[in-house]
Amino acid sequence: MDLKTMTYIVVGATFALYFGIAIWARASSTGEFYAAGRGIHPVANGMATAADWMSAASFISMAGLIAFQGYEGAKFLMGWTGGYVLLAMLLAPYLRKFGKYTVPEFIGDRFYSDMARFVAVVCLIVISITYVIGQMRGVGVAFSRFLEVDVATGLYAGMGIVFVYAVLGGMKGITYTQIAQYIVLILAYTIPAIFVSLNLTGNPIPQLGLIGDHTSGVPLMEKLNQTITDLGFGKYDGPVRSQLDMFLYTMSLMIGTAGLPHVIIRFFTVPKVSDARWSAGWALVFIAILYTTAPAVGAMARLNLTDTIQVGAVGSPDGNLSYAARPQWFKNWETTGLLKFEDKNGDGKIQYYNDKNKAFQAKAEGFGWKGNELTKVDRDIMVLANPEISNLPNWVIALVAAGGLAAALSTAAGLLLAISSAISHDLLKGMIRPSISERGELLAARIAMAGAIFVAGYLGLNPPGFAAQVVALAFGLAASSIFPALMMGIFSKRINNHGAILGMVSGLSITIFYIFIYKGFFFVKGTEWYASVPANWWMGISPEAFGAIGALVNFAVAYIVSMATAAPPQKIQDLVESVRIPRGAGAATGH
Amino acid sequence: MATEDKSGAAYWSANLRLVAFCLVIWFVVSFGMGILGREALMGVKVGGLDLGMWMAQQGSLYTFVVLIFFYAIRMNALDRKFDVHED
Repeated sequence: MDLKTMTYIVVGATFALYFGIAIWARASSTGEFYAAGRGIHPVANGMATAADWMSAASFISMAGLIAFQGYEGAKFLMGWTGGYVLLAMLLAPYLRKFGKYTVPEFIGDRFYSDMARFVAVVCLIVISITYVIGQMRGVGVAFSRFLEVDVATGLYAGMGIVFVYAVLGGMKGITYTQIAQYIVLILAYTIPAIFVSLNLTGNPIPQLGLIGDHTSGVPLMEKLNQTITDLGFGKYDGPVRSQLDMFLYTMSLMIGTAGLPHVIIRFFTVPKVSDARWSAGWALVFIAILYTTAPAVGAMARLNLTDTIQVGAVGSPDGNLSYAARPQWFKNWETTGLLKFEDKNGDGKIQYYNDKNKAFQAKAEGFGWKGNELTKVDRDIMVLANPEISNLPNWVIALVAAGGLAAALSTAAGLLLAISSAISHDLLKGMIRPSISERGELLAARIAMAGAIFVAGYLGLNPPGFAAQVVALAFGLAASSIFPALMMGIFSKRINNHGAILGMVSGLSITIFYIFIYKGFFFVKGTEWYASVPANWWMGISPEAFGAIGALVNFAVAYIVSMATAAPPQKIQDLVESVRIPRGAGAATGH
Repeated sequence: MATEDKSGAAYWSANLRLVAFCLVIWFVVSFGMGILGREALMGVKVGGLDLGMWMAQQGSLYTFVVLIFFYAIRMNALDRKFDVHED
């Protein structure tokens, strides 16, 4: 069976599954729509959280990022998992005990202020919208690459699927679909990784292959270092430019992760406080399966790619692959534009080396090389082309397509729920029309969900030019505004409304300002004050790493302002007391 | 022999001690061994990787998982001890 038919069958089967779940798991109350009736088993919620969390970027791009950054890529691995430790110990159990439906609702109640709630709603919507653009884009791109339809058609199909199960089922439908999506995406990720590891190291477990020996007998890492330094690239496990930057980058991703509303609300779906603790552990188990595989895939894919091009000794006449003899997967990915070759010295062979390395340049000229000829190697290839590079059967390639779609759709659905519940529950029920009936609110939630899907789809089709930059913004905002507000709300009885509001506003202002002066105000090109290069950054701190500083500012401002103004009223202090005690969470599910 | 303090305040401070202990480990395995202390640990190997590199790309993730389960088990025990558990 040809690849295209196979891909249609596999992707079609997964979509039919999601559709079936949607019909079965319809929501009949706001409790089911917002929090799946709080009846999700902690292991099941862990799996759903893992799918909710692992986006198109985790599935498609992360291993490639690590492949080209080497050791420093660890900031994504630690940053995007370490946040779960913070969630499990500092936020999730207490917010579950609080027993309401949204993150802004806690901030509004705890800081007895509609203003605080409103600031949180704005942060939530900005974070989630920027994040969802990337997912919708991911759906369109996955469709276009594997099913050879255009991006727009792919995007409409994705919107249609999400529409059915998110509008009908709300959190309940999304949860059960995410469980199915997790299984699809984890199989799609690990099966090719096992074969790549077997080919290169003889060990079927990628995590062991990474620390093991290459089939040539030397350790894999030594072999990789040798191969790439011979071509003028830096050592794979070499030192980083700035330890401070890597430290803050990792910290920003960790506290940003813990402050992402669409992740936090997943913990509202379990029956008890103790379940929220277990569930965070299970979520991280399921996430770590992919996240510990990714660095092995990154290192191995980098070695595979280099070895494919540099077939013999560097500089020898037959050392480089002839373009005419390039493998089929090379041709496939050339047609997508993700891989580009330009024969600069006209010898019909491919030279792939670091032409920015001055010391290596002289050597390269001696070989008759006139610059790096692989003019584009998109990092996404590192995951997407893996099955082809390892000559795996068509059904594995089809599965990777379904896995990429599952990763993008599951994250999109979680984000859309966070957006729609903020609109129907925080803005409409909470501020505009508190008297709205249960049925009215459920209808409003469904309409808000439908609206959010259309906005996300529109932005996915017409992505603002800054789409690539927005991840920094999403994590920076979550780290500098939501995480500190939630943590102080639970761990301090003294932080009051003024402190919390000014803390959030100053934390996120300074973070946005720092991002804007290097990336352009509102990401408009030409409005930046400085080029975003390490020499210009304050103390060498990249804009992506600044969320941790913003969080620090938030904590400091909130503390100082609260100390200078009146303590919160007794009933708020009692609320904090009750959030800290698990007993009674089962009953506290009302409004 | 003094009777044990079973108040809400004692429960909360026991919780804070446990969280602090876990977060020290969280910090040491990732930021400590994986980033700041990597140079110092260069001589120690985990298979073909140096310990700092392994902690940064593998070991800290495993530790995080163990840490959350450890916390959940200990907290559930504390909930019972201080009689604030559910069911």
